[in-house]
Amino acid sequence: MHFNLRHSLAMTALACATLSVAPAVEAKTFKWANSGDVSSMDPYARQETFLLTFNSNIYDPLIRRDKDLKLEPALATKWGQSDPTTWFFDIRPNVKFHDGTPLTADDIVFSLNRANGPGSNMGSNFVSVKEIKKVGDNRVEVTTKYPDPLLADKWAAIGMMSKAWAEKNNAVNSADMTKNEENFATRNAMGTGPFMLKERKAGERTVLVPNPNWWDKPVHNLTEVIFTPVANPATRVAALKAGDIDMTYEVPPADTESLKKEANVKVLEGPETRVVFLGFDQERPELLESNVKGKNPFKDKKVREAIHRSVDVDAIKRTVMRGQSFPTNLMVAPGINGYTKDLDKRPALLKPEEAKKMLADAGYPNGFEVGMDCPNDRYVNDEKICQAVVAMLARIGVKVNLRAQTRNLYFAKILRKADLSPGETSFYMLGWSPAQTYDVHNVFEALIQTPNKTTKKGQFNAGGYSNPALDKLADAMEQETDKAKRDAMIKDATKLYVDDFAYIPLHQQAVVWAARKNIDLVQLADNSFPLRFVNVK
Amino acid sequence: MLAFILRRILQSIAVLLAVGLVAFSLFRYVGDPINAMVGQDTTMEQREELRQKLGLNDPAPIQFAKFIANAARGNFGLSYRTSEPVGRMILERMPATLELSFCAALFALFVGVPMGVYTGLYPRHWTSRLLQAISLIGISLPTFLIGILLILIFAVSLHWLPSFGRGQTVQIGWWTTNFLTVKGLQALILPSITLGLFQLTLLMRLVRSEMLEVMRADYIKFARARGLTNRAINFGHALKNTLVPVITVTGLQLGALIAFAIVTETVFAWPGVGQLFIQSVQFSDIPVMAAYLLLIGLLFVLINLTVDLLYFAVDPRLRGGGLARAGGH
Repeated sequence: MHFNLRHSLAMTALACATLSVAPAVEAKTFKWANSGDVSSMDPYARQETFLLTFNSNIYDPLIRRDKDLKLEPALATKWGQSDPTTWFFDIRPNVKFHDGTPLTADDIVFSLNRANGPGSNMGSNFVSVKEIKKVGDNRVEVTTKYPDPLLADKWAAIGMMSKAWAEKNNAVNSADMTKNEENFATRNAMGTGPFMLKERKAGERTVLVPNPNWWDKPVHNLTEVIFTPVANPATRVAALKAGDIDMTYEVPPADTESLKKEANVKVLEGPETRVVFLGFDQERPELLESNVKGKNPFKDKKVREAIHRSVDVDAIKRTVMRGQSFPTNLMVAPGINGYTKDLDKRPALLKPEEAKKMLADAGYPNGFEVGMDCPNDRYVNDEKICQAVVAMLARIGVKVNLRAQTRNLYFAKILRKADLSPGETSFYMLGWSPAQTYDVHNVFEALIQTPNKTTKKGQFNAGGYSNPALDKLADAMEQETDKAKRDAMIKDATKLYVDDFAYIPLHQQAVVWAARKNIDLVQLADNSFPLRFVNVK
Repeated sequence: MLAFILRRILQSIAVLLAVGLVAFSLFRYVGDPINAMVGQDTTMEQREELRQKLGLNDPAPIQFAKFIANAARGNFGLSYRTSEPVGRMILERMPATLELSFCAALFALFVGVPMGVYTGLYPRHWTSRLLQAISLIGISLPTFLIGILLILIFAVSLHWLPSFGRGQTVQIGWWTTNFLTVKGLQALILPSITLGLFQLTLLMRLVRSEMLEVMRADYIKFARARGLTNRAINFGHALKNTLVPVITVTGLQLGALIAFAIVTETVFAWPGVGQLFIQSVQFSDIPVMAAYLLLIGLLFVLINLTVDLLYFAVDPRLRGGGLARAGGH
């Protein structure tokens, strides 16, 4: 017994001595959590922010976004359009993959084709592309079917993969869901990025370590990164308070206040680039679940105006959102190219009498009834926002029957069908961020242009708003390479949909992250979280 | 005997098929997985194409038949969420769930039974009343709340135990275990208590009422008259006779522990099959949900089959052949 005690004392002393003379390299482990796991290690498996941002730590893109979402060189040192339908990318020399093999133009061509190939979900970034080819050892050239000024913006999300590695491991294509085979790249990774994949246990933990041979000078000081999915928000908050994690990516709104009071925790809040809005059915001859037969009140601009100007977004911000929203009158947020600040003014709110009079002038002196669809697990407080809108519209005599349901049922109901015939809704909520291009054209094309089966425009214009003048402007801006002309088109088109009360833009929701006080990180407006900016003090 | 076993196995298969069919008819109500599978900008045409290729437009019975045909060959398909093989996903998460359920069962057994014995022997003592009152918590508080409370006390305030996860695990073949590291064992404590608390209460109350009954029996009085020690009477005679129902209940509850680990696993971010199931529901990940439900169905069927066979071995009255009609357990 005595001997044991003395022995362990000696061991402790020895351990202390070793610690004090140990070299100054400190382990800086960064542990963080999110509600869900990264669904795949394959950078093209899904076009969703979380997967793209996580995998961009391992896979560098040609061009990356800096702290202000501006483009900056990554694997491409130079890029541009040599003529309207030709893009070139000059590849950075002396870059190595994590396995030590050099990056070549062949890897770039391979990766881009893989991202556009079967099983990949990134195909919509390649709609304009005709051919991708290597010209010289350090240059890749892309010819497009029509002038595409946004190609570089779109490709900032696409990471570059080692061709030799993919070929060796039978992962030349992304996992194809329609075939029953698993894919090596789903669980393994080989890029040139600032971090290397050390361990992947899907649903449990994913461990990254810094890439010692990264081409760029690291800003971070991490030696190890451990990511864990923690589905239950209360557990995430508790783990952060206990110090079991250093950062949580999604903070439930209800916990924000209590976290702010915590001494060792800081809460980071900022506007997200996604705009949440309400849409009207302006297409059907008759609204669904309505008492008005034979005509559609929403086709009348006066009715849309009365409703738009009766929705008090500031009240929604105060009550439902607990201050965590940024009201807007536009379909795009600041930070997106094409956001027009001087048009982002909501018209004055109407008093209920004024709105009622406006409805009466339009032929609805007793208001009308309409069904409304709303998700209850997609956007922050989505269902509560819709409930608030129902109450606001009840005051002007518009009776709204709300149906709120889970997103998997919701989107299947409201979105347009494969032949672009309208979905089953007359009044609905949607959120949108032009996450590929960070350019307003994507919003025009997807949400505001007239749905058209041949041109494939207006895919997400669920209410079928249609203005031929706007369609023309949107088509023209898609291919316009002169910036001044393009900006003028954007402004004109924005004015058209604002004046038409085409939609009711509500707000940008806040991105809320929380971290321990000793963590330095950068919060980006597109809700992406690059580890290369993280420092542990 | 053989006929009985065969009949039972056939019935079990019928039960499994019924579970699968019900599951598949329910899947249409969990929504469309496509919108979660593809990017925001995927056109409606491409979405419809994928839906068609995955067979999501087929009627439920056809989807079910395809699933069973593949499952019979050991192929459960790829997860819609992670594009990994479902069979492997479940197999990888199984050890976490089994170890957690095992520890919860041990906790319930080795704390619940002594508590039951004690409260049964001294029903009027104040400590018994206290234990009884405390055990009410196990029944009345939802698992979710108990888990969060334990985390707040032992992880956030006291910093004694980790707030979530499996801690450190050791890989032995395909099995990952918590039992070989200190951190792994620490991580097991809170979730096991959370999961086992309800069963503990159940066992305690069961043992207590059995003990109360047995202690009034004649053979206990005779044992006392023979001058045996209290210890011999309480444990040698009384407890032994209460154990038959306890063992039955424990066996049946083990299935429930595995099946209902869902909530505990979610609260503690425990990477087991329950958590996998919850994630899959949110995503409408039909292949995973189907495989999980079949697995749980299989588990219950196996447990019931075992119990039936045990009864058959224990109770000679059942060998008359009229078992199916005797029923009623």
